[in-house]
Amino acid sequence: MEIEPTHKIHIENLNVYAGKQQILNNINIRIPKNKITVILGPSGCGKTTLLKCMNRLTDLYPELKVTGKVMINGKNVLDAGEDIVKLRQYMGLLSQRPYPLPMTIYNNIAFGLKLKGIKKSRELHKQVVRYLQQANLWDEVKNRLREPASRLSIGQQQRLCLARGLAVNPEIILADEPTSALDPISSQYIEEKFVELKNDYTIVLVTHILRQARRIADYVVFMYLGEVIEQGTVDEVFGNPKMEKTKQYLGGTFN
Amino acid sequence: MKRSGKIEEKIFKVLMIIATYSILAILAIIIYTIFAKGIRSMSWEILTQVPQGGYYYGKGGGILNAILGSLSLAVGATILAFIFGLPVALYINVFLVRKKKLVTMIRFILDLVWGIPSIVYGAFGFSMMILLGLQTSLLAGTLTVTLFILPIMIRSMDEILRTVPIGLSEATYSLGANKSELAFKIFTRQTVSGIITAILLSFGRAIGDAASVLFTAGYTDNLPNSLMEPVATLPLSIFFQLSSPVPAVQDRAYASALVLTLIILLVSLFSRGIGKRYHKTKINF
Repeated sequence: MEIEPTHKIHIENLNVYAGKQQILNNINIRIPKNKITVILGPSGCGKTTLLKCMNRLTDLYPELKVTGKVMINGKNVLDAGEDIVKLRQYMGLLSQRPYPLPMTIYNNIAFGLKLKGIKKSRELHKQVVRYLQQANLWDEVKNRLREPASRLSIGQQQRLCLARGLAVNPEIILADEPTSALDPISSQYIEEKFVELKNDYTIVLVTHILRQARRIADYVVFMYLGEVIEQGTVDEVFGNPKMEKTKQYLGGTFN
Repeated sequence: MKRSGKIEEKIFKVLMIIATYSILAILAIIIYTIFAKGIRSMSWEILTQVPQGGYYYGKGGGILNAILGSLSLAVGATILAFIFGLPVALYINVFLVRKKKLVTMIRFILDLVWGIPSIVYGAFGFSMMILLGLQTSLLAGTLTVTLFILPIMIRSMDEILRTVPIGLSEATYSLGANKSELAFKIFTRQTVSGIITAILLSFGRAIGDAASVLFTAGYTDNLPNSLMEPVATLPLSIFFQLSSPVPAVQDRAYASALVLTLIILLVSLFSRGIGKRYHKTKINF
């Protein structure tokens, strides 16, 4: 598959096994640059596993065996060896539930910046402020930067995780049902933020919420039982689904 | 059917109540005995003086030699066990995360050596001393006790590190951290309270054990003054005083036991306080 500048991630013949069970079956996807790609499907269809293959968090699960190619910036993530540490900095992660680092609010942002080699405290401070502002959190935390991040509300924590992810200056944002633990207002905020961020980032969003997909997706990948059933622009998949399974899912026959 | 279920539940409830309160009662009796007998013969002299000649036959003096000996030995062993134990626990939980079988095996072996009676560690330490030409000394005792508490230290830290949610590892890796950064900057911070508990638990075992120091640390009436000299310990001091034919000296053994109990009590209260203080910084589940 040749590298096209309009595509950021190329997934080729990706298979994932857990023991004898096959979790992902021959996945081929091209994820367009500066667009929101939504991976849609019922729970247990392998969406999260697919997302974790992209930055090789599958490494953390001893039972998973991954074959195939995940090409990002011309490099295969799956056989990058220890270079994966650097490759992961191209990809920010927003998970289902926020996991603030066990340190202060300030250091949650500064942690990634320091890993990138920013050492001077003035520069650190400037960037921390900038990313907290970008995640719309600055006004709420500016007087409590030295408090443990765990004291924030879940919605604030999720925005902190977004700020922390943006701070390492990634090119891609991987989001795994980032609104599932949030209240409606925080959810709406995250959705709006994604639409704004797609100018600068390529966003891959895993969700099972149809309305969310319809609201913000540019490109949709519909998965069922470990296989990609259908993929296309949001208008193609939602407006004119070709496969029976997609029609059923969109029609609410199962979810 | 419903009635018999109710009777069953009543019987089990009664059994559980009996078990719980009888165990509490036994523990209370032990602690009461130590306190009651210990306080009676407790004195400033016992805490601040070393045994005078003929101490074990009723002459004056105290157990300062054993208090300081036990503290220096247990502190040294705990520090050493921590220095060697923490990397092992982190290695198991961060670096070997994909090698499930190996990790299971390491844990199994550690659990096995945890179960070895401390007298065996004492014998092992003693045979090593002969091999190396060492005599009974603070150094030999400390090293033997270090070996004895290492599995305890590693496994209790390991159990705490296992509770770090995988999502936190994922988040940290996503920020571009490597394994050692995850281990030393995130895992240790996330589990500070648990690690301190593990350290204090190991310290409690180190200071309370008699068998591992019997051949290795030796015993002396002097204060500890060199790594190469024998050193007294509280458990052995209790043993020697209880072996005395003089009732007054036997009572002083209870005072020594009280000192040992109070040290361990303080340590565990301290660890609880720390646990509570750091608990607030843990993440929500």
